[in-house]
Amino acid sequence: MGYVALESLVRMRSFTGSVKMVAVRMQFTLYLVLLLNIYNSFVSALYFHIGETEKKCFIEEIPDETMIIGNYRTQLYDKQKEEYLPATQGLGMFVEVKDPDEKVILSRQYGSEGRFIFTSHTPGEHQICLHSNSSKFALFAGGMLRVHLDIQVGEHTNNYAEIAAKDKLTELQLRVRQLMEQVDQVQKEQNYQRYREERFRQTSESTNQRVLWWSIVQTLILVAIGFWQMRHLKSFFEAKKLV
Amino acid sequence: VSLSPQLCALMFSWIRASELTFELPDNAKQCFYEDIIIGTKCTLEFQVVTGGHYDVDCRLEDPDGTVLYKEMKKQYDSFTFTASRNGTFKFCFSNEFSTFTHKTVYFDFQVGDDPPLFPNENRVTALTQMESACVSIHEALKSVIDYQTHFRLREAQGRSRAEDLNTRVAFWSIGEAFILLVVSISQVLLLRSFFSDKKTTTTRVGS
Repeated sequence: MGYVALESLVRMRSFTGSVKMVAVRMQFTLYLVLLLNIYNSFVSALYFHIGETEKKCFIEEIPDETMIIGNYRTQLYDKQKEEYLPATQGLGMFVEVKDPDEKVILSRQYGSEGRFIFTSHTPGEHQICLHSNSSKFALFAGGMLRVHLDIQVGEHTNNYAEIAAKDKLTELQLRVRQLMEQVDQVQKEQNYQRYREERFRQTSESTNQRVLWWSIVQTLILVAIGFWQMRHLKSFFEAKKLV
Repeated sequence: VSLSPQLCALMFSWIRASELTFELPDNAKQCFYEDIIIGTKCTLEFQVVTGGHYDVDCRLEDPDGTVLYKEMKKQYDSFTFTASRNGTFKFCFSNEFSTFTHKTVYFDFQVGDDPPLFPNENRVTALTQMESACVSIHEALKSVIDYQTHFRLREAQGRSRAEDLNTRVAFWSIGEAFILLVVSISQVLLLRSFFSDKKTTTTRVGS
C-alpha cells in the first residue's frame, strides 16, 4: 500500500518536463554505466600473488541464509614480455568452500576467470580456498600467478539493476528495497550474534567449572598424598627400627 | 522503466571496498595490491582476529616505494590517506616475528569517495524529501553494518582467547595433578633408598 502511494508520487514528478528526451538520454547513460561498471569490476579489484601449488584461504564469518558471490581473475607473468598477460588458456583455479562443520559445500574447478556463488545454511566461519590446478604452469618455472579477487557478502550481492528491471520498480521503490535488504542483513547478523554470545558464555562457564573442579581435585590429591607419605614413611622407619 | 541518474549512482557504486579475512602462517608475509587513481581518499583498516598475542606488522607503500604507513606488532589500526599519484599501492602484513603461532587477520581497504557517477548537469531535479531521507537511512545503515562487523571481530577475538584459556586450564590441571603424583611418589622412594644404602654400609663397617 505504501508502494502505490510512492509510485503515484514519482509518476507525478516525471510527468513534468520533456520526459521522452530525458528518458532516452538516461537509457544511454544507463547502458554506458552498466558497461563501465562491468569493466570496472574486472579491473580495479584487489589482487595478490599466489605460488604454483600454494593454497590461499579466506575466512568469511557469516550468519545463515547469506549469499556470497566471489569474482576472480588470474594473470600469468610472461617472462619474455616481462608483464602480466591478461588471460591464459588452460589455467584453472580450484575453488573449495567449507562450512563451519568442515563439510565441503562447494568444490569446483573454474577457468582462469570465474565466479562462484554459494549460500550459507549454517551460521559460522566459512572457509574459501583457492589454488591453481595447472600442471602446464610448470613450464613457466617458479612464476607467480596474479589473482584479482572480489568477494561480496549478503546485501552487496544484490544486483539492483536486475531487481529494478524484473519487478519494475521506480527509483524510490528501489531505494526502499535496498534499505529493506540492508535491515534484513542487520537482523540476521544480530541473530547470529546471539548464537555466538551463547557459545562464548558456554566456553566461559566450562572454564569456570574446570577451574573449580580441578582445584578441588588437586587439593584432595595433595592432602591424600601427604597422609600417604607420612604413613608410609612411619611404617618404613618402624620396620627399620629407627623410630 | 525511467531510471534517474541518482538511481544509477545508487546501483553502481564506484566506492570499492574490499574486506577479507585470511590466515597468515608463522614467518609469513602476505601482500595485497590495488591500482588507485590520484586524488582518491582511501582507508585501510585491519584487525588481528585470532592467534598468539593478536598482533601483526603492517606496511603500506605507494607506487614509488615510499612507506606511507608502517607499524610493528599492532593489534588494530585504521589509516586514511589520499592517493598522491596514479599507480599500484601495496600493503603487506607480516608475521615474521612469530615462530609458531599463525594469525588470522581481517582487513578492510576502502577506495572511495570518488565524485558521483553522473555529473550534476544530468540531474533533472534535486532529490525529493523522500529520496534524501532514503539516502540518509542508507548511510546510517551502512555505519550500523560497519559497527556490527567491528563488534563481530572483537567478539571473535574474545571468544578465541576464552577457548584458548579453557584448553590451557584443562591441560595444566591434568599436568599438574600428574606431576604432583610423580614427585610425591619419587620423594618417598628416594628417601627410602637413602636409608637402605646407609644400613648396608653400617653393617659392612660393623663387621
